[in-house]
Amino acid sequence: MEHDALIPYIGVITDIRQETGDVKTFRVIGRDGKKLFGHIPGQCAILEVPGIGESMISITSSPTIPDYQEFSIKKCGCVTSWLHSAEPGQEIAVRGPLGNGFPVDTAFRGKDLLFVAGGIGLAPLHSVINYVRAHRSDYGKVMIVYGSRSKQDLVTYKEISGEWMKEKDFNVCLTIDNAQPDWDGHVGFVPTYVKELNPDPGYTVIMCGPPILIHLTLAGLKELGFKDTQVFTTMEMRMKCGIGKCGRCNIGDKYVCRDGPVFSFDQLGELPPEY
Amino acid sequence: MYTLPLSQLDTLFETIGANGPLYIPVDNTSGKADFKRWEKGVRMSSALKTVRSAKDFFFPKTENLVNFRMNGKKIEVEDPRKELEDFVVFGVRACDAASFAIVDDVYINQKPVDTYYKNRREHGTVVTLACTEPAQTCFCELYDIDASDPKGDVSAWITDGSVYFRSNTDKGSRLIDGIKILLKENDAKTVETQQSETREKVSKLPFVNLDLSKYSGDKMLALFNSKVWDNLSETCLGCGTCTYVCPTCMCFDVRSFDTGDGIKQFRCWDSCMYSDFTKMAAANPRLTQKERFRQRFMHKLVYYPMEHNGVKSCVGCGRCLESCPIHMNIVKVIKTINETPDQPEGGR
Repeated sequence: MEHDALIPYIGVITDIRQETGDVKTFRVIGRDGKKLFGHIPGQCAILEVPGIGESMISITSSPTIPDYQEFSIKKCGCVTSWLHSAEPGQEIAVRGPLGNGFPVDTAFRGKDLLFVAGGIGLAPLHSVINYVRAHRSDYGKVMIVYGSRSKQDLVTYKEISGEWMKEKDFNVCLTIDNAQPDWDGHVGFVPTYVKELNPDPGYTVIMCGPPILIHLTLAGLKELGFKDTQVFTTMEMRMKCGIGKCGRCNIGDKYVCRDGPVFSFDQLGELPPEY
Repeated sequence: MYTLPLSQLDTLFETIGANGPLYIPVDNTSGKADFKRWEKGVRMSSALKTVRSAKDFFFPKTENLVNFRMNGKKIEVEDPRKELEDFVVFGVRACDAASFAIVDDVYINQKPVDTYYKNRREHGTVVTLACTEPAQTCFCELYDIDASDPKGDVSAWITDGSVYFRSNTDKGSRLIDGIKILLKENDAKTVETQQSETREKVSKLPFVNLDLSKYSGDKMLALFNSKVWDNLSETCLGCGTCTYVCPTCMCFDVRSFDTGDGIKQFRCWDSCMYSDFTKMAAANPRLTQKERFRQRFMHKLVYYPMEHNGVKSCVGCGRCLESCPIHMNIVKVIKTINETPDQPEGGR
């Protein structure tokens, strides 16, 4: 029988990694030791902490990982604070996979990909980037522009420097807001850095970060000749049901939980700007 | 058609009520009516409509979704649903009956199915009752709903000292079969007379001919950006009463509570009119009452129809007209927009 969409699975947190001062990555598996469900990069899950609340969180790990799912979560509200105080072995309730995910097998296939992320905004893109690494021959060049407040705020820095930077045809460009002694890389905000890097408008762009980053980067990309149709982002709205019923994430004729969270900017341009 | 002498209505209720819960509109102490479970001695109200709509039977105000038991780091999940008894709702008006299809389209027809809602729909048999004395606040006709020919599993008419029945669905036929012993077959002549009289009355109501031509998907951004929302929303208290009495409002919240004996997760009605409806830890995309007010009416008149073949998410029951403490309502919104010249379309 099909699993009831409103009844959660039970997931076990098997590993917790401190990524930055306020971001931890949680590894989750089912009680049977297997992955809770399959997913598409960019899809989300509702993590429920009984008695505390529930949050829609993007699945950070690539679907190509056979045994588990990971969620990189910033400590921000009630649910995320509770999770940050949890220990391995803790069970949580999980509903998913939810949403549409990125068009990795259609619009992205065969394309050069430019990822632009700020802060915790890397989390949903992380899944796509590792999916692309696992299917390297299906995609062209990859350029990643990622920035945070400081070096210590770069999420999954170890993986970025240890793995992504060594990948063939991967151009990883990191930046931090202010100079610091142990940093010899770029200093400055992401939107300005993207313009300085002057990427070829042939790239398909995947962007996630705070609204101001998205807004300014999009404006810069347009000046460089990029079109709305080739720029994708993943949206954030308050959600409860995750299946397009409870009405909370409704924007125009779309429900972010069901029709999104991934939209291209030409799709967003047709919607009321309520996000 | 089948008929029953009106004097035998209580016998009918007794027969139906013996097989399972039966709900009928009953006068309350404030001179209005509410649906109540029938029991011996309870009389059906002659009020035009109940204070709250009949959606409660399928989408209750609160509903237990899941129970959790926490034991150290372990969590057990229980589905709290028990086998639901078949029930009958008698005396639903045409507007409320039309609202079920609007909610069904989201909760049942769009995947994944909301099994909680679907289960209640499957177990409930709806007997509608034709209107004869529509109120000045009624405007179901605007949405092509015929108050004199209500949908539902069984349609009923009270006329000329008799109750007339017509079954519309399999569930309706089963109900009729169960009460056939009380019924006689008859032609539909008196019903038709009543229907044409009601239609005549309905056609003279003040809001049944409003122009809805402006409310289409291609005008979404123009309507969204219209200046009318500033004035229309100015006095809105954000009380959410319109949402609670509305038969087509179907938004809900999900919350869990520690009962001391396990944690119960509920869903309960919620309102897009409330300030925390879209509030997240970091931001709120609808900061003022203007945005929340606009969302409710844009959803009913534009967003919902875009997804559902042009069907508006309003049935013209008039409840919001009667219950809003500042006398704002969908009719005023429609009229104001219609009277305001189109503004140039603008996106962001």
